[in-house]
Amino acid sequence: MITVAMLTAFGCFGLGLLFCLWRIAIGPDASDRILALDTMVINVIALLVLYGIWNGTAVYFEASMLVAMVGFVSTVAYCRFVLRGDIIE
Amino acid sequence: MPALTEALISLLIVLGGVFGLVGSFGLIKLRDTMQRLHGPTKATTLGIGCVLIASMLYFIAVKGSVSFHELLITLFLFLTAPITANSIAKTYIIRNVGKKELPATGRRHGWSVYEDPPGAPESQPSPDVRAEA
Repeated sequence: MITVAMLTAFGCFGLGLLFCLWRIAIGPDASDRILALDTMVINVIALLVLYGIWNGTAVYFEASMLVAMVGFVSTVAYCRFVLRGDIIE
Repeated sequence: MPALTEALISLLIVLGGVFGLVGSFGLIKLRDTMQRLHGPTKATTLGIGCVLIASMLYFIAVKGSVSFHELLITLFLFLTAPITANSIAKTYIIRNVGKKELPATGRRHGWSVYEDPPGAPESQPSPDVRAEA
């Protein structure tokens, strides 16, 4: 039962990644693209956690923690770059 | 693994996947940037919360030990999602909404997007990238 559920979730998050990619491609504004990149990071974290369950190992939690931190910092840095024209003032 | 635990974990995983899909679908379905901000920041965060709870239950059921990594990731994501949404909304405002179009704040200080915080040194450059727009 878990196998079917995980395959469904893999499909859902993969499709979500494709939606995000579409928004990055057509996004009319920079804020749309930042938002789509942030959503992409969240989807990738979910995929990593699911892959950890799939393999039955806890190694991927460190990886997803790192991806979460890098995603947050990069989103805020991109926003600050657009807002102030500079990242570290 | 008991059948009830397995059913609960499966339900949480499917629920997380559906929430993630709905959040990402909102990203392409909704019309305006400010509307699009709702989908990922709420639905997708809820989806990943469901997946992390499912993972926690799974490792409790299989290995018998509680791992706190999932709690850390959940806490981090739930703390950072509002900050990210606020930053993106400010980015949208400064690029698309002029200083004149914003409603009055009713306080001594104006919108933080266009004004320096109270007590900031005067030497800081004012961020009016599109103030005249």
